[in-house]
Amino acid sequence: MKKTQVRQDIFPRQSDHPAGASPRLDEATTKPGDCARGRINNPAFWLVALLIWLWPETAMAHVESGEAGGFFSGVSHPISGLDHVLAMVAVGLWGAQLGSPAMWLLPVAFPMMMAFGGMLGLIGVPVPGVEIGIAVSGVVLGAMVLGEVKAPLTASIILVGVFAIFHGHAHGTELAEGQNAMLYSLGFVISTGMLHAFGIGIGTVHKWKTGQVALRGAGAVVMIGGLFFLWSAMG
Amino acid sequence: MRFLRHVFCGFVLLLLAPATAQAHLVNTGMGPFYDGAMHLALSPDDWLGLLAAALLAGLCGAQAGRWTLAALPVAWLVGALIGLLSLGIPELPGLSILSFVVLGLLVALDVNLPAWGVATLGGLFGLLHGLFNGAALRAADAGMLNVLGIVTTVFVLLLLVTAAVVSLRPVWTRVAVRVAGSWVVAVGMLMIGWLFRGRI
Repeated sequence: MKKTQVRQDIFPRQSDHPAGASPRLDEATTKPGDCARGRINNPAFWLVALLIWLWPETAMAHVESGEAGGFFSGVSHPISGLDHVLAMVAVGLWGAQLGSPAMWLLPVAFPMMMAFGGMLGLIGVPVPGVEIGIAVSGVVLGAMVLGEVKAPLTASIILVGVFAIFHGHAHGTELAEGQNAMLYSLGFVISTGMLHAFGIGIGTVHKWKTGQVALRGAGAVVMIGGLFFLWSAMG
Repeated sequence: MRFLRHVFCGFVLLLLAPATAQAHLVNTGMGPFYDGAMHLALSPDDWLGLLAAALLAGLCGAQAGRWTLAALPVAWLVGALIGLLSLGIPELPGLSILSFVVLGLLVALDVNLPAWGVATLGGLFGLLHGLFNGAALRAADAGMLNVLGIVTTVFVLLLLVTAAVVSLRPVWTRVAVRVAGSWVVAVGMLMIGWLFRGRI
């Protein structure tokens, strides 16, 4: 009984209106019982629903900022460019080929020298040919992995360290306004380290014959990528 | 030689350059003790250095760990009390950065210091950062309970990390600790750059 009354309030019968009074849009078009059968043929209902659906909300533009923004900005920088990713993963691959202690010392040297390069950029010391240096790092490190070059430990650290300066100079200086410099730096270094760890992780396949061939193939891919970036940098 | 002397003087001046106090005491809603604990968690230059100190103490053995565990929190407490009761202690971000770079470098190089050496370094680090914490708490009208929150958190973190590092046996785990130390140094070098840029 109560349910019927409610339905009648929403969809009053034509006879509820006094004679001569113009019925409202919903009253004119809705037949009692339509709603109960799961059909709503009232255009006004759909018009209101459409209006609610299209009603604009207050814009909540939440640009990443502050503490968390600084950290995630730092994390995303090294992985945002394929040229950097290739070189950093190649460091891990080469380290895995060289074995201990190079496997651990190269990923120690790279972030430290990269931070040094970033510091040079921040204090305004120019490093010529940064983009070319980054591309060449891909070519050379790829070639080292491809050729499975067993370089002496000191030579490999110097080589990786020099290339790291270019990478740091390019990436370490891009802190957005209002973000926390400390957390940006932290995210930047952690992300770089994780890329090396990823390379070392892949490099563990080196203990199998097929894995050794696969690693050299990966080196070839890095080298080709480096050549592409070198071509782009020169052009 | 003269140029190098000028560079050195510039570097020292930079380290001693005061910055605007950034008293950022968080209100956790759970009282001043936990506000203090959260203060440490939101101060990366504090906990990064603390991490480096704990790693160094762990690498240098159980004895160094015990001594550092006694020296660092006590020094932090003393420094914080001095900072809380004194007026006009400037915030010196350069010195703060240098402190954790030195500790990180010692970890990365796996320098085997005697226990008293590690404890002294830890104590100096604790005193310095406690002093800055105390000054920041004074600026935020905070009190003794906040200091206790900070120092207790320092003690717990130091204890956990040092104990974890001391118990590491495989060689590669020791290398992983050294890698973490190198990351601390890397962050510190970037921070020196940002200091030059005036972004700290």
